[in-house]
Amino acid sequence: MSAEKKEYWRWEESCWIDPDRNWRDARIVTAGIDVGSVSSQAVIVCDGELYGFNSMRTGNNSPDSATNALKGVLDKSGMKQADIHFVVGTGYGRVNVPFANKAITEIACHARGANYMGGNTVRTILDMGGQDCKAIHCDEKGKVTNFLMNDKCAAGTGRGMEVISDLMQIPIAELGMRSFDVDEEPAAVSSVCVVFAKSEALGLLKAGWTKNKVIAAYCQAMAERVVSLLERIGVEKEFFITGGIAKNPGVVKRIERLLKIEAVKTKYDSQIAGALGAGLFGYTLVMKQGAAAKQAA
Amino acid sequence: MIANYGYKDGSGEYYIAIDTDKCIDCAAGRACLTACPKGMFEIITDDYDDEVAAIKQANRRTVAYDCTDCKPAGGHASLPCTSACTPGAIKHSW
Repeated sequence: MSAEKKEYWRWEESCWIDPDRNWRDARIVTAGIDVGSVSSQAVIVCDGELYGFNSMRTGNNSPDSATNALKGVLDKSGMKQADIHFVVGTGYGRVNVPFANKAITEIACHARGANYMGGNTVRTILDMGGQDCKAIHCDEKGKVTNFLMNDKCAAGTGRGMEVISDLMQIPIAELGMRSFDVDEEPAAVSSVCVVFAKSEALGLLKAGWTKNKVIAAYCQAMAERVVSLLERIGVEKEFFITGGIAKNPGVVKRIERLLKIEAVKTKYDSQIAGALGAGLFGYTLVMKQGAAAKQAA
Repeated sequence: MIANYGYKDGSGEYYIAIDTDKCIDCAAGRACLTACPKGMFEIITDDYDDEVAAIKQANRRTVAYDCTDCKPAGGHASLPCTSACTPGAIKHSW
């Protein structure tokens, strides 16, 4: 038996706090918790602005994943859960966030998060999640006007890329750049079903393809898959990509090539869009409650 | 908002689109709920606090099969759900 197996698929977890701000100065502190099928994020929003986040892998228990995600960002900021005025849960596990005051679908939260991260000119959002894809249209306020999702199979999702990463024994963060290191752009693998694509990739390696060429073919297949989803609702400028796959230039570049549109770049981590949107929804709800209370008084 | 419920697989695209703007204050008395022989529709409060029709979670990944009996091959000239929805909020992609 070999030594410990290297997990090539394992992406980097991250925790960040805005060094220039102090949460104690904020009037309203809200949190968004996105418990996805593959990753979980907790975002702290202070007075409607991103303050900090924690992004980690979802475990086998949604309530624990939510708790651990929040704990990470609370520990780093010195904040206590009691300091948060409102918590919104989102993602697949949104109904299992034990401390959430409200649950909102990830579709609405991604639109809201993308509106913050990419600006209010963003109209089309592609969320490439761990085990599903969503194509979303929104207005200038980040309100959803049209959406479409595909969660029936893992094709074109982060999990598919993790499987290919493990198969190629190449760290997942390197896949995108490696896909450009080919003499000639190959055609997409014919099957994007994760199971069949894996066996097809093995066949291509046996036929003499380089690993980079196989990765390029898989990235192209993913891009074609999600573009067909986007085309169903139409692509309107500006275009923004959220989710973990947005960090894979091999897929992003190919999507841009197929759509002939460049995606809006952001300084934020694309993986936190859902949780950020949830935190922003929380802020709006607290403000509304405050306004309603004032009116009633 | 146009809410598309369904999926795309190797055999085609199967989406039921509901225009929720036409669905709020339904002029057809929520006729979709009873028109669908499979009872696939339900009324939900969406993320923007509007009461609108949606396809039940249990049917979202099986619409191609669930709707088969109501398609022309099943003897229907028009779909019961789209006919019942007089505001025209429901559309099938296939």
